[in-house]
This record gives sequence, structure tokens and C-alpha cells, in this order.
Amino acid sequence: MTAALQVRGLTTRFDTRAGAVTAVNDVSFSVDPGRIMGLVGESGSGKSVTGFSILGLIEAPGRVTGGEVLVEGQDLRALPPDEMRRMRGRKVAMVFQDPMMTLNPVLRVGDQMAMAVQVHDRVSRRAAWDRARSALETVGIPAPGERLMAYPHQLSGGMRQRVAIATALLHQPAVIIADEPTTALDVSIQGQILAEVRRLADDTGTAIVWVSHDLAVVSSLADEICVMYAGRIVESGPAERVIAAPRHPYTRGLIASVPSSHAPGGRLPQIPGSTPQLSSLPAGCPFRPRCDRATDLCVTEPPRVAAAGRTVLCHHPLEVAP
Amino acid sequence: MSLLTIDHVSKRFTRPTGAIVRGLEKLRGQTPKRTVHALTDVSLEVARGEVLGIVGESGCGKSTLGRIVAGIYAPSDGAVTLDGAPVARESRGTVDKLTTRVQMIHQDPFASLNPRMKVGETIAEGPRQHGLIPAPDLRDRVAALLSQVGLEPAYADRLPHQFSGGQRQRIAIARALAMQPDLLVLDEAVASLDVSIQAQVLNLFLDLRRDLDLTALFISHDLSVVRHVSDRVAIMYLGRVVELAPVAPLYDAPQHPYTQALFASVPRLGEGRARFHPIKGEIPSPLDPPPGCAFHPRCPFAGPRCRTEVPRLKPHDSRAVACHLHDGGTGATTGTSEAA
Repeated sequence: MTAALQVRGLTTRFDTRAGAVTAVNDVSFSVDPGRIMGLVGESGSGKSVTGFSILGLIEAPGRVTGGEVLVEGQDLRALPPDEMRRMRGRKVAMVFQDPMMTLNPVLRVGDQMAMAVQVHDRVSRRAAWDRARSALETVGIPAPGERLMAYPHQLSGGMRQRVAIATALLHQPAVIIADEPTTALDVSIQGQILAEVRRLADDTGTAIVWVSHDLAVVSSLADEICVMYAGRIVESGPAERVIAAPRHPYTRGLIASVPSSHAPGGRLPQIPGSTPQLSSLPAGCPFRPRCDRATDLCVTEPPRVAAAGRTVLCHHPLEVAP
Repeated sequence: MSLLTIDHVSKRFTRPTGAIVRGLEKLRGQTPKRTVHALTDVSLEVARGEVLGIVGESGCGKSTLGRIVAGIYAPSDGAVTLDGAPVARESRGTVDKLTTRVQMIHQDPFASLNPRMKVGETIAEGPRQHGLIPAPDLRDRVAALLSQVGLEPAYADRLPHQFSGGQRQRIAIARALAMQPDLLVLDEAVASLDVSIQAQVLNLFLDLRRDLDLTALFISHDLSVVRHVSDRVAIMYLGRVVELAPVAPLYDAPQHPYTQALFASVPRLGEGRARFHPIKGEIPSPLDPPPGCAFHPRCPFAGPRCRTEVPRLKPHDSRAVACHLHDGGTGATTGTSEAA
């Protein structure tokens, strides 16, 4: 089976006054059709920039400097800009944290969704509206006919995000990149959307990259997890294994920081220090200054240790029972 | 005796309109809804040394409640007292003078610190204004507060932009503690922090609580954070407290259908791929709350009585629930659909 999305050695740099900053550093992963990959990390880890880089949405002073982005085997980075534009929305779509980044506030929902259909497919306006209506149904919007006539400001935040997801689904893309799509929503609405997204991946075979800072959300939704730190994927593998038995010290620290994994009122194990500035990363392993397992060896570039579908970027990965 | 008493507090916000708009509406025969019922008949008590968690989704009134307790808003009805004394003196509906014994810590440490003031000045400003600390001692006091929240005393001469989000939240905590408050109100104080930084700030809060015997109102949408720091928790929905209980029984066996549904929609770490049981429907607008129980349009157990009669918060053992399911006199148990 061809992977819906395969990313190999993706590297994105930003030229800043303080020098070149590598926001995404040699990132590789693949997602099969119908699977959900959770890309987890804290602020500044490069998870959102990875999503934007996949779609070729990086603007100056940033620049994708290396790597391949294969969608159903076709390398997006080798495409000329106008062909890339034909891929966006048709083969690869994006859902943003703020649905108002997708929605035009002065157009009816139906008009803008129909426009998104007609950009790629030569169909009548009527057929385009029909497709918009069925897309809204797919994401569980009640009374889709009425919603098509509404303007974005007339919808609630959760409803707008569903419209954004429905718009991403219009062309049944191979891949959807979702960047923190439920972060701004209430938990009861987030629960509804997570349930719909899981069902959509299973039913339509769309591969989803779910970018999030929230480990609990990702662990309950994703099939695979990639953990990012300072621009690199430091650990990846099947979601349950990564959460139950993390091998990278950073992943372990991140999981341990979540209050629900501890008795109330006790001290939470905390990762010392704070996330590093990308412009002044230490030599070798970027996590070294905060790591309790670090040795002199960690001043050199950490090796990629791969076993049983999991990779860890560490000189001293935690042992797990086989 | 309880330190803080919130006694039948309601808060309504009404949008002011001009004569022309009112005239047009009269001509069209419309009576638009312009009163937001942010809080309706909330009564709570907090004992000295206790941390009360307040949980709810957008529009439930949790932040409004926090602001009323801090004396920033005047309640429309009811009263808030600290040791029997009102937290704010009001004149003509607005707060005129408020107590310094309640201090607030806000969500966004980027907005709550003056970017042009050195953090030492920010921390010292309150005690200086109110003459709590003699001027010659201020600098030592600031240094002591900074080290108490885990920062270098030398940081007093820096500006807020030189600090990360977690460090700024520590500064905000130091500023609140400088007033030697009897009660802290933390409104989503860790919501904007990354999880590893959030753990550091929560640990700081727990340490301070132990060392200073703090009393606090901890407002958050995050159920697991509230569980970690609170003694008791009030669950709010659309301006009312629907359930109030000590942490352990609440999280072990929530009684109100909304609490149950809320707990079921929260993704949990380490439970693998979840089967979601989301609450159906949306949160109603506080401009136009449903009649009867505000949760009835989304409640799987709702019956005719729920559509007309507002359930009261009734005590059951150590806890209280506002639900007709639990107010039947025949010892109704959770989850039965007798009212359906």
C-alpha cells in the first residue's frame, strides 16, 4: 500500500537577524490512508511549521530547504507553483486552529464552499451547492440547508470549525493537515468533533495529520504519534505504545507533567528549565540541558534508534519490556 | 466559619441602546434580547485554607463569578462577603472601593503585566500604594517574593518582555502575594502555558498553598488541573452551579447529568483510542437561556418537569446537585431514566 503522505527529511529554515533558525529539522514520517497521525509538541517545537511546510505555505523569511513531501507517491516539492495550487484543497487540505482563517466573513457559507468546489472541478453552481450540503452532513451538522445560507458570524465556534472541516473534505483529499483544530473549543464541542474526525478517517480513507499540544486529545484520537522537540521528531510510534511506554526522556517528562496521571495534590514531576530558543540550541542533543539521563556522549548528535515500528532520537533511550 | 460567603449572587449585563434603535425596534414590533444572564442565584462558601475549584465551559459564568468575588464587578443581586465584610463598596451599580484582601491572577501573563514597568516595581506597587510595607523595606520584600515564586531576586530590575510565559505567571503570583491577601482568585491561571511549564506553576501553587495556608478560588475549564489542586469543586452551567462536591466523590461518581457528560467527553491520557460519547447539541446562549433546567435540551434524562421548573441546588450528604432526578424524595439514583 502506498502511504497517503510520506515526508522525508523535511527541513525548513527561517533567516532572522540572529542568524538562520532551523524550525523543522530533518523530519520524516508517513501516514497510511484512513490513519490519523498525531504530531505533538510544545510551543516552538516546529509542529505547526511542519504542517505549513507540507502544504508549501511557508513565506519569507522562511524557506523549505530540503526533503520530500510525497502525496500518493507524488513529490509536492518538485511541482511548479501553479500545479502545487491545483494540489492544495484537492489532494491536500488544511484545517486551521481559527476557522475564520478559512472562512470569508462576508460570504454565505454555501457560496464560499461552492467556490471551493468550482475552483477544482467544472461543475454547475447547483451541483457545487449540493456537494457543499452533503459535506456539511458528513461532519454532523444538523439542518445543513439552513447553514449554507448563513454567514460565518451567525454560527458558533464549534459550528464554524465543522464548516472548515467540511470544506477541507469537499474534494475528498488524500491528506488533511489539521493544526490545533479543537484547541479553541469547549470540551463538550471538542468531544463531538473528535468523534466525527475519527469516523471520517475510518469511512473516507483520508489520512489526517493532527497537530496538537494536547497529549490527551492526541492519545485518544491518533493511531500513531510523533513527538517534536526543537524542530525534530524525537520519538514516534504507535500511539498506545508511545503513551504507555515512552522511550525518549522528553516524551516521558511530557506525559508525567499531565496532572491526571497523578494523585491529586501531589507534586507533579516537572521537566526542569524551559523550551530552548531555536537560535541558540546547544550542540548535540537539544534536550540535553533539561535531561536527567544526559552524559558527555550527548554533546554529539543523538542517534536515531529504530525498533519495532518506533524510532527514538536519543543516546540513552529508556528501556521498555519487549 | 467560612472565610468567603457568596450569597444568592446574580449578575446581568444589559447592552445599552440609544433612543433611535429603541424607536426602530418599537416600529418593527421586536423586543430583542439584550440582557445576558451571566450568573443566576449562585451561593457558595469557602472555608479558610480551602481551595474551591470552579469548572465550566464558555458562557457558564465562571469568570464573572471570579470578578465579582474580587470586587471588580458589582453583583446585580446578592452579596459577597469576606469574614462578614463586603468585598466591594459600590455606588450606582459600579464598584467604588474594593478590598485588597482578595487578589486575582489572570489567564494571560502577557496582558496582565505592564510592559513598561520593571517587574520589581510592578510587585511593589500595590503594597506601596496601600502602605502595607514601609518604603525602606520594599526592595527586600520584592526580593523575598521573587525567590518565593522561584525566580532570581536580581530579576526585579528586568522588564516583562525578558521573561517567558511561565516566568511571567510567577511574577503575577508574586504581585498578588505582595498584598498579603486572604483569598486568591485564579482565573484560568495555567491555561495559556505549555504542559511542562504548567506542571511547574501548579507545583509552585501547591507549595505556596502549603507554606502560606492559602485560600483560593481556582477557576478553570480543565478538569484534570482542577482535580489536582482543589478540595471541593463547583460545576457550573449557563450561570448556575449544577453540582458541588469534594473532589474525590465528584470525580469518582459525578451525579448531575451535565457533569457526567462533561467527564465523558474529556479525552484521557493512557486510555488508548477512545470511544467518544460527546454531549449532543450546543451550549445555549446566555442571552436566551432555555426555561426550566438550562441543561434540559441536551440531557438524555430530561422530562416534562425539567422543561418548566428550575431545579434547586439540594444537598445530598457532603455534596449538592441541582437536578430533578435527585430531587424526588424516593431516593432516586444516578443514571436511571425515571424522569424520561
